[in-house]
Amino acid sequence: MHLLNFTKRTLIAAFTLFWVHPPGATAQTDIDAIMMNKNNFCVGGTYGNNSWKNYWEGTFKRNNLNLGTVSTKTFGLMGNYGITDKLNFLVGLPYVETHASAGTLHGQKGLQDLSMWLKWLALEQQIGSGTLSLYAIGGLSLPVSHYEPAFLPMSIGLHSTNLSGRVMADYQTGNFFVTASGTYTWRSDITIDQNSYYTTELYLTDKVYMPNMASYNVRAGYRSERLIAEAVFDQMYTLGGFDIRKNDMPFPSNKMNATTAGVNFKYTFKAVDGLSLVGGGDYTLAGRNVGQATAWDIGVFYILSFTHKGKKSSQGQKPAQPSSKTN
Amino acid sequence: MKLHKISTAGLMILTLVACNKSVSNRTANIAALTPGSEDINAGGWQTVLLTRPDTFAVAAPAATNSTAYIADLNEIKGYQHSLTSDQEATIKYWSAGGVLRWNEILRGLVAKYNLPPYQNADGSYPIPSSANPFAYPQYPFANPPYAARAYAYIAAAQYDALVACWHYKTLYNRPAPYTVDSTIQAKVPKTTLPAYPSEAAVLAGVTAEMMKLLFPDEIANIQQLAQQHELSVIMSGAAARSDVTAGEALGRQIADVFIARGRTDNTSKAVGTQAQWTNLQTIAINNGQIPWYSLETPQRPPMLPFFSLVKPFLFDSATVASFRPGPPPSTGSDTLKQDAQEVYNIVKSPASGNMKIVQFWADGAGTYTPPGHWNAIAAEDFITQNFSEVRWARNLALLNMAEMDAAIVCWDIKYFYFNPRPTQMNPAIKTLTGIPNFPSYVSGHSVFSSAAATILSHILPQNQAKYQAMASQAAESRLMGGIHYRVDCEVGLTVGANVGNYAVTRAEGDGAE
Repeated sequence: MHLLNFTKRTLIAAFTLFWVHPPGATAQTDIDAIMMNKNNFCVGGTYGNNSWKNYWEGTFKRNNLNLGTVSTKTFGLMGNYGITDKLNFLVGLPYVETHASAGTLHGQKGLQDLSMWLKWLALEQQIGSGTLSLYAIGGLSLPVSHYEPAFLPMSIGLHSTNLSGRVMADYQTGNFFVTASGTYTWRSDITIDQNSYYTTELYLTDKVYMPNMASYNVRAGYRSERLIAEAVFDQMYTLGGFDIRKNDMPFPSNKMNATTAGVNFKYTFKAVDGLSLVGGGDYTLAGRNVGQATAWDIGVFYILSFTHKGKKSSQGQKPAQPSSKTN
Repeated sequence: MKLHKISTAGLMILTLVACNKSVSNRTANIAALTPGSEDINAGGWQTVLLTRPDTFAVAAPAATNSTAYIADLNEIKGYQHSLTSDQEATIKYWSAGGVLRWNEILRGLVAKYNLPPYQNADGSYPIPSSANPFAYPQYPFANPPYAARAYAYIAAAQYDALVACWHYKTLYNRPAPYTVDSTIQAKVPKTTLPAYPSEAAVLAGVTAEMMKLLFPDEIANIQQLAQQHELSVIMSGAAARSDVTAGEALGRQIADVFIARGRTDNTSKAVGTQAQWTNLQTIAINNGQIPWYSLETPQRPPMLPFFSLVKPFLFDSATVASFRPGPPPSTGSDTLKQDAQEVYNIVKSPASGNMKIVQFWADGAGTYTPPGHWNAIAAEDFITQNFSEVRWARNLALLNMAEMDAAIVCWDIKYFYFNPRPTQMNPAIKTLTGIPNFPSYVSGHSVFSSAAATILSHILPQNQAKYQAMASQAAESRLMGGIHYRVDCEVGLTVGANVGNYAVTRAEGDGAE
């Protein structure tokens, strides 16, 4: 179980796209307790789909016949490099397309935000029959195209530059594991293509203050060399922001909160060393100023090893074991 | 250690992000208004509704050596003795100009109230009613025509009130407290303009009173702001309590003239009835045209279809129909098919930069509307001109009377032709902004923008090229957004210029130039 499970869900969700896409559940390296070994590089592609028909306008749950079902397709490219066994660098870039099944609004598409993380395995300790590991993870995301953030819910993102800090603990005994993490996200102001906007008062500027965010995430399940299967619970809060007014459109600095639950799997093939398939789905149980999304995604990853002079980890060379979690 | 480097880099980035976290209004910290000219003869400028500047009497003020006035001065000294930082901030805020600040406040109210009502369970829509305060749907729905009218009534009332104010200022010629008593500080730039009656209080009074007509749920909030405005000029040493009392009373009396007009200007007829809405369809069908229908689900009644009946400011109601251009291409014609195809081609894969332009001019639900956008453009240019308060009011009155009359004329054309939007003719046309819930021909943005650019170009001729370019871009943004045919925008610009010229004619004859 060397690898990585990298899906767009956090790439996008942990950072920007809360309207279109509340944070998901699929295992991913920036929020799971799996490390790449030194000089191994895991790279992969994912496809994700997220859709909602109902949404919360503040606390009022409604549908909108002028939107129908709003869906988002995400094509993600991701990588994770082992700088050392205990320090990984992760990177991801999604291409996003939005679509509304009813009404007249034009879908939007484009490259969204480049995300990077440093993930540090700070501590590993045998406790009882299992292993406790602690992680510190720092993330940065920046928009890479001039997409329009104030055309929600069709916008492909919120266009802020974000920094996140996360602490995470994982405990594994036998093939059972549980991981819990808490994340704080600083968000920069954004600039929109308007010279004024109304939140709870009129702002005569194109700058929008984006409140910071916090979240926690708990995941538990089965984890072996070959297979990971987990259930995930995620709670996201916007620390400030305002509610969508009755029959208004959403705005990037809304108070977007979401509670989601889902399942993920990752299967590592025997036949081709270093190749794995990931997938998962989740559902938004509750929210505020977000869509009640159902989301799923699937991805394929492959490990390249630069440990020896040979380029491929798959040619006879067994990918390195993760430094933790080995029984 | 690597970690140390990482955390240092992280901290630096964090600091950068943190530093970026300050959003303030463009006009938050502008300097105090320092008029280039006090326009001391403005008491003779042509008023809008008042027949004479002294229609409402203002009693002669007490002499500056009277015990009553000395008590006024002591009140000021009391405030100035221990001004809090909040009070200083209030003085600074209002010192930028009362007309400017009230215009900004009004734009905020329009944005707050510019939301279409949510449908009833049966798919019908509730109609906002002033008889039902503080209930949903909120009253008013400050859509573009309503907003244009609100901006115009308030701007025109402020203008008439300040003309009357200037009349009495020169008549009584009582100086400002800081001039009478050298121990009173001037917390704002000193002026030789007589202080009685206070122009700030005239503005506060007239504006607060106008809320009874326009935003009845906001009377209490605006009353607080009016008091704050008045107190700010007292604390600043620019006006005595008696200057303020006389000014507020004058302002409120003049507002009543405008309110009386507003209650009988046919706005109450603008919504219409189901039978009237159906009749609009019948007329179009009888003319061999496909009638407009609402593209919202559930279908929403058309926005203010009889706003054309509202009494204009710059010309009489009989003139409204004279602005009507020829008809748009027939809905059955090849020309219209080609026009719709053009819209489809433009919006199918939007050119780079189009979204930005569409968004910049969208001014849709929840915003201060296109007339509000032109008020913002005007106000930010006026700030650089050091106009007196009365000239500020005059210029915004000209702009907003043009915008209101543009709304009346444009709505007349829209409902006279009842022409479908491009998406109605070709549902494959998806739009980059919401489709407004009224007929296509001619574009409201084009009419508003061209009318505004025309009068603003007269007021600030050095900006003519800029205003014309902005109006053209605003018009074109509606084609780029997929919500208008090209002809709607082009003809709309012409119609708007024709309306704007009435404001120019008025400006040339009002005595201010």
